[in-house]
Amino acid sequence: MAKKKEGWKELPIGAIIVEPGSSRKFKTGDWREGKKPVVDKDKCTNCLFCWISCPDSAIIVKDGEMKGFNLDYCKGCGICFTQCPVNAIEMVDEEKE
Amino acid sequence: MGINLKELSKQEDFFTSGHRACAGCGPAIALRQALLVAGKDTVVSFSTGCMEVVSTIFPYTAWKVPYIHSLFENSAATMSGVEAAYNALKRKGKIKKDINLIAFGGDGGTYDIGLQALSGAMERGHNMLYICYDNQAYMNTGIQRSGATPYGASTTTSPSGKVIPGKTRRRKDLTEIMAAHNIPYAAQASISDWRDYMTKVEKARSIKGPKFIVVFAPCQLGWYYKKEDTIKIADMAVKSRFWPLYEVENGVHKITKDPKKVIPVEDWLKLQGRFRHLFKGENKKIIEEIQREVDMRWERLKKLEEAGL
Repeated sequence: MAKKKEGWKELPIGAIIVEPGSSRKFKTGDWREGKKPVVDKDKCTNCLFCWISCPDSAIIVKDGEMKGFNLDYCKGCGICFTQCPVNAIEMVDEEKE
Repeated sequence: MGINLKELSKQEDFFTSGHRACAGCGPAIALRQALLVAGKDTVVSFSTGCMEVVSTIFPYTAWKVPYIHSLFENSAATMSGVEAAYNALKRKGKIKKDINLIAFGGDGGTYDIGLQALSGAMERGHNMLYICYDNQAYMNTGIQRSGATPYGASTTTSPSGKVIPGKTRRRKDLTEIMAAHNIPYAAQASISDWRDYMTKVEKARSIKGPKFIVVFAPCQLGWYYKKEDTIKIADMAVKSRFWPLYEVENGVHKITKDPKKVIPVEDWLKLQGRFRHLFKGENKKIIEEIQREVDMRWERLKKLEEAGL
């Protein structure tokens, strides 16, 4: 990084972090080791078990409906794949669609 | 209030993405689920540990609620101070709304290092909830044994080999220790049974006084299992009765989940690398010992419940 890091004069007192949820600027999607989750929406019943079980809040839900995965943050652990009661989620190789 | 996922999914996460926990982290699930119930009017204190380190790497924070970390041993003491300040501000009319005060700690920071701070806070009767996420060792510093590590588990400071077959001591029964403080609510939960866990958090929130929950949260790195199996491992711990789900409300025990199909502890041990050595040679008798102890503890719990104690 070319940008100079902030010194103690620029940092907030006590190095407190003033922006809530700023970790979202740090994308963890590139941690995946070659596998990503895909959902078959024909099978999905929107039970949201995947959503409640995801350690990285990477399941997108809108109005109570499961809409897919936020691959910016998904670390590819596969918990959603094991928790889906109707086997609608599969882990596939990243290259293939 | 029942737990409704569709309703919950409409609000934002207060423990959000971008934290640097390992893929398939159990404790991260425990935090997310607790915060979903607690909501935005929450103040969190944290003891040093995996989840403290991964969630607040400067200048990033995964928290969307006020968060304070002081030391390893004093999450409960810090929250005691926050509670006193909150009470004072409320008395002066500077704060109007009700705020949830939640202190978090890992098993190292709760079972061992923070035990006296926690004990003190519970005895003084601060109106707070303490949640311990239990991954059964000091994972953050490299899988050292803690007071929560079960008998027979191999860690870097209780390595299995010619000298010892993993940890030679039993784990502490923290829920009973906390129940012995005569607090209004102490409970044991697991991330596999999210409805049970979140109901307990909700219930604890509605009770005034000191509350305590310990939540079982497997660690794929330290327990050596496949990372997608985190919830499966937690589920099997419940089904094998190794980790019974129960609560102690005003001194009365109540089992909140009686597994219909009980599995042998052996099946649960088999999936984890930290118990691999137990399946070789004369170590096999340790598995029998573990099973015996699990059965004994369950019997005890069952009798307590039946007697209304």
